[in-house]
Amino acid sequence: MEITLYGLQVYWWFLVSLIGAFFVFMTFIQGGQTLLYTLAKNEEERDLLVNSLGRKWELTFTSLVMFGGALFAAFPLFYAVSFGGAYYVWMTILFCFIIQAVAYEYRKKPDNVYGTRFYETLLYINGSLGIFLIGVALGTLFSGGNFTVNEYNFSKWTQDSYGLEALLSPFNLAFGLMLVFLARVQGALYFYNSLDNEAIHSRVQSVVKKNFTIFLVLFLYILATILLQDGYVYDESSKVVSIEPNKFLHIFLNSTLSLIGFTSGVLALLFGVYTAVFESSSKAIFLTGTGTVITVTFLLFILGIDNSIFYPSLSDMQSSLSIENSSGSYYSLSVMAVVSLLVPIVLAYIIVVWKSMDKTKLTVEEIQNDSHHY
Amino acid sequence: MEHSELLIDWSRAQFALTALYHWLFVPLTLGLTFIVAIMETIYVRSGDEKWKTITKFWMGLLAINFAIGLATGIIMEFEFGTNWSNYSWIVGDIFGAPLAIEGLMAFFMESTFFAVMFFGWDKVTKRMHLTSTWLVALGSNLSALWILVANGWMQHPVGMHFNPDTARNEMVDFWAVLFNPNAVSKFLHTVTSGYVLASLFVVAISSWYLIKRRDTQFARRSIVVAATFGLTASLFLLATGDESAHQVAQNQPMKLAAMEGLYEGEKRAGIIAFGLLDDTKEIADGKDPFHFSFEIPGALSFLGYHDVNAFVPGIDDLLYGNKNHDLTPVTEMMRQGKIALQALKDYKKYKKEGDSEKTAESLKIFETYQQYMGYGYLEKPEDAVPNVAISFYSFHTMVGLGTLFMLIFFISLYFTMINVIEQKRWFLYIAMFTLPLGYVAQEAGWIVAEVGRQPWAIQGMLPVGMAASNVAATSVMITFWLFAVLFTGLLIAEIKIMLKQIKIGPEEH
Ligand code: HDD
Ligand code: HEM
Ligand code: HEM
Repeated sequence: MEITLYGLQVYWWFLVSLIGAFFVFMTFIQGGQTLLYTLAKNEEERDLLVNSLGRKWELTFTSLVMFGGALFAAFPLFYAVSFGGAYYVWMTILFCFIIQAVAYEYRKKPDNVYGTRFYETLLYINGSLGIFLIGVALGTLFSGGNFTVNEYNFSKWTQDSYGLEALLSPFNLAFGLMLVFLARVQGALYFYNSLDNEAIHSRVQSVVKKNFTIFLVLFLYILATILLQDGYVYDESSKVVSIEPNKFLHIFLNSTLSLIGFTSGVLALLFGVYTAVFESSSKAIFLTGTGTVITVTFLLFILGIDNSIFYPSLSDMQSSLSIENSSGSYYSLSVMAVVSLLVPIVLAYIIVVWKSMDKTKLTVEEIQNDSHHY
Repeated sequence: MEHSELLIDWSRAQFALTALYHWLFVPLTLGLTFIVAIMETIYVRSGDEKWKTITKFWMGLLAINFAIGLATGIIMEFEFGTNWSNYSWIVGDIFGAPLAIEGLMAFFMESTFFAVMFFGWDKVTKRMHLTSTWLVALGSNLSALWILVANGWMQHPVGMHFNPDTARNEMVDFWAVLFNPNAVSKFLHTVTSGYVLASLFVVAISSWYLIKRRDTQFARRSIVVAATFGLTASLFLLATGDESAHQVAQNQPMKLAAMEGLYEGEKRAGIIAFGLLDDTKEIADGKDPFHFSFEIPGALSFLGYHDVNAFVPGIDDLLYGNKNHDLTPVTEMMRQGKIALQALKDYKKYKKEGDSEKTAESLKIFETYQQYMGYGYLEKPEDAVPNVAISFYSFHTMVGLGTLFMLIFFISLYFTMINVIEQKRWFLYIAMFTLPLGYVAQEAGWIVAEVGRQPWAIQGMLPVGMAASNVAATSVMITFWLFAVLFTGLLIAEIKIMLKQIKIGPEEH
């Protein structure tokens, strides 16, 4: 069977959505970073939290890099338009991640120049501002950006605030905050699972309750907005973009897969939180994690399918991006499709490695005895 | 859509700044991961706990370096989009694949097994730990592969064709991109340069212990491993450097001419071993470009063409043409390039108007002249010349230092073998102070490669002026200074932490 260009574009949009969703799940690291002073009441407990996060933070970081890389590879026009246009937003996000990369390793090292608290602040900024802005950027996929694209596919941003104007939209703000609170819920659940420490355990549930409630309110607001808003659609034969009321609602109704996927994701998330709060299950993170990955995958996926526009332009509707008008060529997408067969292998070894590394839960003693600790 | 000079200069400055910072950390990672893997292998084979201590010590320093390597790396990837968005569109179809593969194959491998390497000593079997260490080394070198394939393509674009409808280059042959001779030599030369730097690092720090007369057994053992590795790598470095120059001669003759300050082409062209450029020298004024110079005759011809009698074109020949050697002058390329650009414009216009006859006609013109399309953007032929002084001095610094490093490795290995290294304190001091020069050589190498490529972002196809993002120059200025301050602040912390760990030494680690 010959795969069509459109088939490849959908496949790649799905993969991009999946990687994005995996990243959103992995932000439990960032959520955890914002809880260092909430869940831990002394230095020893804090070290425990930091070390537990510190063994996995690179995976989150790498997922972000991968998300960017996959977008560049599969939808280069989006990469050019958005990164080169919403310049300040992306640059600030990058700053928030640059500072994370050194924070773990340098936090407790002697002679680290700026002191432990400084590096903890960096972790906090990364966990809050960094995730918030990523949420804002993802929000603009639904709410749009101020750009134009000319006939050479060169792009230009039409606002001198270069992306910061996105902060004026309540929808984008809510999207950003939603990710922050989700990350905090997952962070708390991650600690619940990975640590062997009574004191910290006893504080997890109330943190989960509070943060999850806020998350839920934001989530419902976002969902309602998306379902009710006008969507943009792209017609490949005429290359014209037009408006379709309730576009995303229609997609859910037309695509059973997306509807079932999205709903089951949300249910898994809810159920996971339920087991943590009411049954004191330390395994909740696996349920909420799976739920997050599935929900976010489909939330992003619906942007790309059924002729939908995934990056509307507020300055010039016809410049809006769909998976059809912004993707790589047939040849390039198919080469990368072959490469993408590596994904299961990569996932498999990550799981195997971490299973053997996480056989026992982390304790204060282990950290103190380990030659390499943060 | 030409951008303002100011914007382009700041965009270039920002890219140069961040790349040069990234490159302060990457070569050490490339080499040190192998060195610790070798050390750990010795430990597993011999069961000698001392080797475990040695391995763990160098791993500790690796971790400090690695963290800041990641910090400076993430910015590089996104800067293609933020600062070179037109370029990202034009090359995205080719570039995307290597970058995606890099993330998938290399970065995940690195970050997963990195955690095992550091935290898995008591959690996984010795074998699995050793395997993880080797996988980290492999992963880091794989990340170098894919990004260098991308860079090699910019120096010598292959395996694609230009699609006038999308106005970008599209990949038609992945293998041609991967096995681009330029990419191959670039990869081999660059990773070996990392091995050399990491070896210098280990030799230099070990020398400090010997100077201080502490941890001497540890230091001597480290020197043996590193000097052996470094000496072998140096030989490869020389060979691959020669191949790199050969590639430059084939595909970027202007860069080669700038690297050697060669204005008037000649047969049996020599390499300037030492030379001081005359800064009043202008293109085609017939003046000697050097105040004084000492030349090795025939060497450049040999380096570039593997034939001591080969003709090496100079800057003047490349700009104004040379009938005897069949060189097309840049003015002519510019003329053809402008025709191609105009044809592309017409093509777009007629296509929009639905005039299929004229569309086909302009496409035909475009295809005839497309070869020199990039030159159509230039304003004057002299724009095609990179900065000669920077290219020349960086190239000579790199080559000179390469020779010095080889000597250092040889002597340190020899002195250690005959067991006199601790008495040769003068040499220990030299070895220690060579380390900063290792970094100088590294940065110089990239400056040759990247400044020598100017004015092209993609050789012959896309000048940097067309490549930049359309943002305000002030925005780039702001982020430039933020990066400068942030990276410098982090660098200071990194160096202080590193020095402290070295002072603490291997025993307590
Ligand atoms: C320890 C560092 C180091 C040392 C001692 C050398 N190199 Fe090098 N060189 C590099 C580190 C490097 C590098 C940083 O890895 C570069 C930058 C870009 C690249 O491909 O590798 C490079 C680039 C580079 C280029 C430019 C490639 C291009 O423009 O694409 C040439 C022609 C050479 N080298 C040649 C040599 C020769 C003949 C050497 C003689 C010993 C040598 N290098 C030593
Ligand atoms: C300008 C182009 C470059 C880009 C876009 C880039 C991108 C990156 C990114 C995103 C990371 C972080 C990876 C992670 O999340 O694990 C990184 C680290 C790394 N990069 Fe680069 N890089 C560039 C240049 C290079 C070059 C030229 C090399 C090697 C020859 C290289 C080798 C590495 C290595 C080995 C690491 C691992 C971390 C470390 O060394 O500290 N990079 N790079
Ligand atoms: C990490 C090692 C590297 C260093 C130290 C380095 C250095 C530099 C420098 C100094 C410049 C500025 C040149 C000028 O404007 O005069 C530059 C520009 C640039 N480099 Fe690199 N480079 C590195 C790797 C790479 C790689 C691997 C790629 C691509 C895959 C790349 C792509 C670019 C681009 C797109 C520009 C901007 C356009 C231009 O000025 O040509 N660089 N780099």
